[in-house]
Amino acid sequence: MAETRLIEISPVTRVEGHGKVTIHLDAEGRVDEARLHIVEFRGFERFIRGRLMWEVPVIVQRLCGICPVSHHLASAKAMDQIVGVDVLPPTAEKMRRLMHYGQVMQSHVLHFFHLSAPDLLFGFGAPAEKRNIFEVIRENPTLGLRAVQMRKFGQEIIEATAGKKIHGTGAIPGGINRNLPVEVRDRFLGQVEEMLVWAQDALALARGYVESHADMVAGFGTFPSSHMSLVREGDGALDLYHGRLRALDAGGAPIFDMVDYRDYHKHLIEDVRSWSYMKFPFIRALGAEDGWYRVGPLARMNTASFIDTPLANAAHGALRAFSGGLNHSTLANHWARMIEVVHCVEKIRELLQDPDLQGSDLVAKGERRFEGIGVIEAPRGNLIHHYRVDENDQVTFCNLIVSTTHNNEGMNRAVKAVAVQHLSSQPKITEGMLNHVEVAIRAYDPCLSCATHALGQMPLQVEIVDAAGAVIDRAGQCL
Amino acid sequence: MTDAFTFQIDGVEVTAQPGQTIMEAADAAGIYIPRLCDHEGLRHQGGCRVCTVKAGGRSVAACTQPAEAALEVENDTEARRRVRRDLVEMLFHGGNHLCPICEKSGNCELQAMAYRLEMTAPTRFPWLEPCRAVDASHPEIALDTNRCISCGRCIRASQDLDGKGVFGYVGRGIHRRVAVNGADLAHTEAAGADLAMGVCPVGCILRKGEGFSVPIGERVFDDGLIGHEIEAKR
Repeated sequence: MAETRLIEISPVTRVEGHGKVTIHLDAEGRVDEARLHIVEFRGFERFIRGRLMWEVPVIVQRLCGICPVSHHLASAKAMDQIVGVDVLPPTAEKMRRLMHYGQVMQSHVLHFFHLSAPDLLFGFGAPAEKRNIFEVIRENPTLGLRAVQMRKFGQEIIEATAGKKIHGTGAIPGGINRNLPVEVRDRFLGQVEEMLVWAQDALALARGYVESHADMVAGFGTFPSSHMSLVREGDGALDLYHGRLRALDAGGAPIFDMVDYRDYHKHLIEDVRSWSYMKFPFIRALGAEDGWYRVGPLARMNTASFIDTPLANAAHGALRAFSGGLNHSTLANHWARMIEVVHCVEKIRELLQDPDLQGSDLVAKGERRFEGIGVIEAPRGNLIHHYRVDENDQVTFCNLIVSTTHNNEGMNRAVKAVAVQHLSSQPKITEGMLNHVEVAIRAYDPCLSCATHALGQMPLQVEIVDAAGAVIDRAGQCL
Repeated sequence: MTDAFTFQIDGVEVTAQPGQTIMEAADAAGIYIPRLCDHEGLRHQGGCRVCTVKAGGRSVAACTQPAEAALEVENDTEARRRVRRDLVEMLFHGGNHLCPICEKSGNCELQAMAYRLEMTAPTRFPWLEPCRAVDASHPEIALDTNRCISCGRCIRASQDLDGKGVFGYVGRGIHRRVAVNGADLAHTEAAGADLAMGVCPVGCILRKGEGFSVPIGERVFDDGLIGHEIEAKR
């Protein structure tokens, strides 16, 4: 009797956090099921309860060491509402924006050069020992050095605005705790033009890859889906820090638009499944089966009407023209990501020339409230932080919907699509073939550690199977 | 000043006035003796023992031991540093001191002492991991006793300076801890202006809303090791 087989890719490499992929092959060697599993657990939603509200932006950023600024700012925006502040002083908002653009830039650069470039430069099936940043540096020292220096620039922007490169304290409820001294501004101004040139070179690299591999890209983990992000209120421009929610269906028609993100729960709902610590959000109006959607750089390129910086806007137009409508290609995320790097550097340059950054009005106050919802476009996509705080200033409720969680269904579909395409009915499964599956996951730049919070709802199931694969016992518990 | 006398700390001649403790004389001479429970303006307690020195061959608390003429004191020696580091490590193990998320980080004397004593890996003792709820009942003050090191500063300040007795010790031995004189802080005489609210060396007594308003770089110990102001007098 032919046997079924289970292939496990564990851990998935060159992503943030720990996860694995399981691929079930039937007796004929065809892919029956393929899933991305998140094998770590965080639980911030639970243990933040009882903490003091002003601690939250500093505590929750510990979710991640790659994009802590995103959690720092999303939670700070929620706490702004708790302290009754709807409009920050200009210095505070611009310092936060500067922090965020530095953050998105460095995170995207890390992902593109350090994590994905080895696949793109050497091929998905290249020997494993070659697929790493050190080989990128060895083969192209200039590119490797730029990758390091671009990250350094972004990290130093974060340090100047948050106090530390990782896990700073800049954003506080109602504002910011520092401004930008002139001498620091001038140091960045001396570097920003070079960064812009390098960002455009990186964009050309990513765009060139997608254009020169158009057929492969079109067939690699490509599937129609809805897309969602914040866009700027009024004109629908790309806005990574603030705006309103827009979701488009696969054809580009609005599902909802210009939604106040404080009403996110009226439009989004989270599903829980037995085999993952990650939740599965979906658009309420479309239901659990059809309501899944994607977020992230490519989703933002799809949802944004335009980009308010010239170089990035031109690049956005080029991607739109290439795609002929919404782009649904998993690998086109790389192109979109580099457009955002250009946008971030343009925004950093614009902000550095703004005298508001040297202002001294840093914090606003208002009438106390008891619920706050902060939403931001993190590097990996839309990020929702929702808190309730009692009259003693203690957190009583926390719900986090993280970019990678939004993309959960999309990543799983990409995994299965690529597994079917590259592994089904193969006489021999090679490591290079399996890397194709990882390439699909990497394109979403998932941060698995940020995304696992289903404590109290997540049943853990264990199945014992006999040699023929039949389940002979099953045990479960609710954590 | 005819009654002044001299003694030695680590071979350095120090002048003291009658009635001065070893620590008081050392402070005046610009010699820093580490301490956690002692605080300017409060009566000395000799509780934390971080200021332990060897004087006349005996281990004594420098904050309570009177200086004596011709006394020879060992302060900044490897043996003293090791004892102090052990004591500070045990304080970390006895509470839940999560510096990365504590608003007192950079202003915390326990953290600063750990840096000064080069405590790089607090893993030599069992973690007690107490489970203590935050008392945020008071409108101006929050208490996170997970971070309390039982130094008793708040107790002395409340009793001696504020005349209230808001804080006190309860329990014995390893279970001894600081508690409030009421069901929670809101049900005591505590007020935000109390001097007791400004003497906590760690992130236990917190003024509500201050949080992380002081940026990194401008915190008390961003400028240098704890005790550097005293040493600058030399």
